[in-house]
Amino acid sequence: MTQVSEAPERVRPRGERSLRLARLVGAKIGGGLVSLFLVAVLGFLLFRVLPGDPARAMTRGAPVSAEQLAALRHRFGLDQPLWKQFLDFLVNLLHGDLGVSYTYSRPVAELIAERFWPTVLLTGTSTVIAVLLGLWMGTRAAWRHGGTFDRLSSSVALSLWSVPTFWLGLILLMALGVGVGPLPGLFPVSGMSAPDVPPGLLPRVLDTAHHLVLPCVTMVAVVYAQYLMVMRSSLLEEMGEDYLTTARAKGLREDLVRRRHAVPNALLPTVTLIFLHLGLVVAGAITVETVFSWPGLGLLTYEALRGPDLPLLQGTFIVLAGSVIVMNILADLLYHVLDPRVRGS
Amino acid sequence: MSAPATPRAIAWSRRGATLAESWRVYRRDRGGLVGLALLVVIVALAVLAPVLTDGSGLNVTRVDAAPLQPPSASHWLGTDESGRSVLLLTWWGARMSLVIGLAAAALSVVIGTVVGVLAAHFGGWTSTLLMRFTDFFLVLPALVLAIALSTVLTRGLGTIVLAIGVTSWPQTARLVRAQTLTVETRPYIERAKALGGGHRHVIGKHVLPAVLPLVFATTTLTVASAIIAESTLSFLGLGDPSRVSWGAMLKSAMDTGAVTAGAWWYLLPPGLGIAIVVLSFTLCGRALETVFNPRLRGVGA
Repeated sequence: MTQVSEAPERVRPRGERSLRLARLVGAKIGGGLVSLFLVAVLGFLLFRVLPGDPARAMTRGAPVSAEQLAALRHRFGLDQPLWKQFLDFLVNLLHGDLGVSYTYSRPVAELIAERFWPTVLLTGTSTVIAVLLGLWMGTRAAWRHGGTFDRLSSSVALSLWSVPTFWLGLILLMALGVGVGPLPGLFPVSGMSAPDVPPGLLPRVLDTAHHLVLPCVTMVAVVYAQYLMVMRSSLLEEMGEDYLTTARAKGLREDLVRRRHAVPNALLPTVTLIFLHLGLVVAGAITVETVFSWPGLGLLTYEALRGPDLPLLQGTFIVLAGSVIVMNILADLLYHVLDPRVRGS
Repeated sequence: MSAPATPRAIAWSRRGATLAESWRVYRRDRGGLVGLALLVVIVALAVLAPVLTDGSGLNVTRVDAAPLQPPSASHWLGTDESGRSVLLLTWWGARMSLVIGLAAAALSVVIGTVVGVLAAHFGGWTSTLLMRFTDFFLVLPALVLAIALSTVLTRGLGTIVLAIGVTSWPQTARLVRAQTLTVETRPYIERAKALGGGHRHVIGKHVLPAVLPLVFATTTLTVASAIIAESTLSFLGLGDPSRVSWGAMLKSAMDTGAVTAGAWWYLLPPGLGIAIVVLSFTLCGRALETVFNPRLRGVGA
């Protein structure tokens, strides 16, 4: 029965398959665009509708006449009906115009562009390290589950998971940045570069790397735990499968059974979860950048909420939420490329 | 007859037996027991704080100790930047973390359960729309949204609870939906429908009681993440400025330079407080999950 039904499956024309894939990619991208639109709606509701009259917020405390308020409202288009305001907002957004920051008196888009790459450097480096560490430790823990390594790594992960990121950052800052007692501080505690770096590419790279150590360690410590737990449980689910018994019966070494058979299968669900948890990385970036004054989007968010500088906060909200959504669409597509079962069906 | 065999009495005796059985399974989890014991102690201390300690020590104008003193006989955990006892602040901070953690988790779980049950029970377009909405919020970075909400609303206890509650429900919704779908395939639901039970009857009498144990386990885990979220928001300065909280203590430790001055006694207690409470809730939640989700009992830990 299966033989019969599989035969035509194999000779199915290539065109049909690629059409199917195109439709799938289209659906995913369409869904992602809807999500991005919802982010824009949310940004508008949160920062234009919920706080009440923005003109009043702008002139907080200052004595202004009714005419001045009206003039201000007219200048910012606040006297228009709400749907018109939203339309204007959307058109501006599509043109990359996110308004002007109150505190910096500069375009929000410009500020975000400046702070974008430091955040990518910090979150990128820490995510890569955390994923590698988490996957490696999760694999080891699951393969000998119940063993010393498993119990130790699971409880360390659980403890780090219970600790607020910013507190861990403050501890590291005090212990390794400022120094305790006779011990001197080993790493710089704030910013991304020292003012007195000699010119040249190599010293500058080394200086940035030196500044990166503490924020990066903090983020890795908090984030790797979830990858460990996900990989561990995902591999544990594969452990009882028949194909592993088959692989062992073929005479494969235990190491090869793990690397070639079990881990690739366990990796698939893990990949999606890694991207699904990216929101947590962003959350970590906000507090870590605040603690270490790392000049990225997280610190910009903190500066914006202190004002509060609503246009700036709206900008960082849209960019942070938008990039997490874009990453998730990419992950979804990657999953379909990676998993032959999903690809074939 | 000693035991009247009314349906209600039978139901209650069955519930009692289930509870006893659950406790028997729960007891086997050592982590769960440790977490429960710690929570009992911490909650008791937090509730009794006004009785056991003098709350006036929290008032900056009423203290006479020197600022940022290391631990000594009179102040076991030293003093903060305005001379208040760190021990007293940490003790009172526990109240804030627990209250907000529990309230926010309750709000989040209620939203999640309603969305999850409705999505699973009604199916069709309702389900598609609700799950699409849930997935959107699941992907959205919760902290970023919580920051936005607490910035635009007036600062206060209610705002933090709202900000955490409305950003942390999607996981619960997904979990409850999956559980409801399994429950709804059982014959007794079909029977109830065949006997003319409306949506309200089926959901209220059959679906919810079957889903609630799992919801209870999730709530415990949600409290843990809500407490972390609360401390993070307070640390960023979005908390209730009129109350002591662990996150706010850490914020003033950073802002007043206590960290760079090496005041470890000011930095360690609030953070350890958060870590212990969160860990206790996590341990309890994991133990409860094992109790209510038999699939987890076999494999795994």
